[in-house]
Amino acid sequence: MKAIVCVKQVPDTSGKVAVKPDGTLDRASMATITNPDDLNALEAALKLKDATGCEVVVVTMGPPPAEGMLRELLARGADRAVLVSGREFGGSDTFATSQILAAAVNKIGVGPEDIVFCGRQAIDGDTAQVGPQIAEKLHLPQVTYAADIQKDGDTLVVKRMLEDGYMMIRVKTPCLITCIKELNQPRYMNINGIFTCYDKPMEVFDYEALKDDPLIEVDTIGLKGSPTNVFKSFTPPQKGAGTMLTGDNVAAQLASVLAGKHLI
Amino acid sequence: MADFNEYKGVWVFCEQRQGALMSTDFELVSEARKLADELGCEVTGLLLGDNVESIAKELGGYGADKVMLCESPLLKDYTTDAYAKVVCDMVNEYKPEVLLIGATNIGRDLGPRCAARLHTGLTADATHLDIDTKKYVEFLAESSTIDLSKQTFDYEDRNLKMTRPAFGGHLMATIICPRFRPQMSTVRPGVMKKAPFDQAKADACQIVKPAFSLTADDIKTEVLSVEKAATKLVDLIGADVIVSVGRGISKDVEKGIALAEQLAAALGNGVVGASRAVTDAGWMSADHQVGQTGKTVHPKIYVALGISGAIQHVAGMQDSELIIAVNKNETAPIFGVADYGIVGDLFKVVPELIKEIEAAKAAK
Repeated sequence: MKAIVCVKQVPDTSGKVAVKPDGTLDRASMATITNPDDLNALEAALKLKDATGCEVVVVTMGPPPAEGMLRELLARGADRAVLVSGREFGGSDTFATSQILAAAVNKIGVGPEDIVFCGRQAIDGDTAQVGPQIAEKLHLPQVTYAADIQKDGDTLVVKRMLEDGYMMIRVKTPCLITCIKELNQPRYMNINGIFTCYDKPMEVFDYEALKDDPLIEVDTIGLKGSPTNVFKSFTPPQKGAGTMLTGDNVAAQLASVLAGKHLI
Repeated sequence: MADFNEYKGVWVFCEQRQGALMSTDFELVSEARKLADELGCEVTGLLLGDNVESIAKELGGYGADKVMLCESPLLKDYTTDAYAKVVCDMVNEYKPEVLLIGATNIGRDLGPRCAARLHTGLTADATHLDIDTKKYVEFLAESSTIDLSKQTFDYEDRNLKMTRPAFGGHLMATIICPRFRPQMSTVRPGVMKKAPFDQAKADACQIVKPAFSLTADDIKTEVLSVEKAATKLVDLIGADVIVSVGRGISKDVEKGIALAEQLAAALGNGVVGASRAVTDAGWMSADHQVGQTGKTVHPKIYVALGISGAIQHVAGMQDSELIIAVNKNETAPIFGVADYGIVGDLFKVVPELIKEIEAAKAAK
C-alpha cells in the first residue's frame, strides 16, 4: 500500500506580491513555499503511514530547484520523491499539467489499495482543478474538500465540506482525495528526518521518462498542448490613496463621512 | 479540431441542493443571457436531480429559454461520478458552445472532472465574461492599466473571453479556449448581477427531458449522509456591512469580537468577518474567514479592525465599495487599500466610533 502526494511549490502570498511593470509576476523576488493545502495532503498520507506503515511518495512538477522543497518533505517523513521536470512541460495549463502528473503517477504505479492525495488548490492559481483532472485521467474516484478521513477496511469514509454543511462519503481505494486545512495540523521536520532526507531516493521524470505514456503527446502537454491560453494579463488600476484620518476626533470625522455618503 | 459550427448555445449547469436552486444559478443564467444575446443563440439551464421539475421554470425568469431536466433517484444527492457522466453525455450529444458552472464547492469538483473528460479547457473562478470584443475593450479601459492605444483587437473574434483574478487580485488574466469546445468556465458566486425576475419569461420557459443512461454501477462513491451545518453560518457573501477582525484583537479576543459585533450592528445589520490568523487560532469559526482561502466579499462597507492586510486577506475584500481600516501600525499594508484609515488601538477607537455613529444617526 502506498500514498502518493502531489505537491506544488508556490510563491509565498502571505508576504508582498511583486509585479513587474509588464504585468507579470516577479517570481525571483518572492520567497517560495510548499503550497499550504499540500502540506495537509502530506500530513494525511503520513497519518496513514503511522497507522499502516505504508510508503509515502511525494511528486511535484516544477523547475529543478523544486528539489529543495521535496527534500524538506522527505525530512517531514515522506519516503521517496519524484521531480517531474522538463522544458516540454513548461507553460502547461491545468489540463496539460494533469496529463503530465497523471502520467507520472502511472509510472509510480497505483495499486488497488493506494491513495493519491492532493491539496485542494494552490495559492498561486487558486483553480482547484488539477486534482480532479488527475483523477479523471487515471479513472479514479475522487473526493474533494476532505476535512476528515477515516479508514474502514478497503474503503475510506471522508467528510467532504460544502459551504453550508458537509457530506459523509464512502469511497473505495484506489482513489484521489483533495485536502483542506481543517483536515489536520501538518507536522514539522524532525532531526532524524533532516539527517536522512538526503539519503532517501529522489527520482527525476523528464519528458523521455514519460513520453511513452499515452497521456503525453505534443498536443496535450506544455504551452502548445494547453487548451486554454492567456489572451491578456493585466494589473488592475491602482486604487487612489485613501484618506488617513488624524486628530482627536477621528471617530466623529468618520461618522460624518458615513452620514454624508448616506451609509448610516 | 472539432467542427465549431456544430456547437451552439450557452449552457448553465444549475446546481440544486436538497431540491432548492442556488442563488448562483440565477446569477449565471442572467450572465448567460447577455452572452447568448451577443452570440445570437439560446440559453439552456442544465438541471440534474430527483423530483426537481417544479423548480425548473424559475430559471426562465432570469433568462433561460429552456431547461434540460435530467431526473433520477441516482441524481438526488451530488456525486462526482453520476453528475459528470450525465453532464458529459449531454454536452457530447447536444454540443453547447459555452458551459458555465458556479464555482461552488460542488461546481469546482464537477467542472474539472468534466473538462478533462470532454478534452476541453476550463477557466477557474471567472469574475468577468465577454463575447463581444468591443465590450471587452471597454471593460479593459475601465478595469486595467493597459495602454489600449498600443493594442490591436480583432473585433470579429467570437471566442469567450474569461477574465479571472490571479495572485489574489494583484494580476488579472483573460483566458481563451480557441481550439476546443465547449468553452468552459466556473464563475465566482456573488459576482455576476442577477437580472430582475420576469414571471412571463418563467412561464414561457420550455422544459425538455432528454434521454440519458445512468446506473448504480456508474457511481464509485456512496453518499452516507448530507448534513447542514449545526450552527447558522454567517452570510458574508450577501452582507452589505462587514466588520472583520484580525490579529489585533489578541489582547482581548472576546472583547474584540464583541466590539466588532456592536460596530456591525451600529453600521446597519452587519456581520463579523475574520482574517485567516483569527480562524486559524480558533477564535472564530472558518465560515467567518474573508480572503484568498476564505470568502470573497464586496459589501457596501468593509471595516478591517487590527488586520495588517496581507494579500491573503486583501484578495477577499478589495472590491468592497468603501473600506475603513483601523490599525495600530501606520505602515500596515491594509491602509494601501483603505478609503479611510485610522491609526490607533481598536479597543479605544471602536467604542468611540460606535458612539459617534449612533449620535450621527440620532441627529438625522
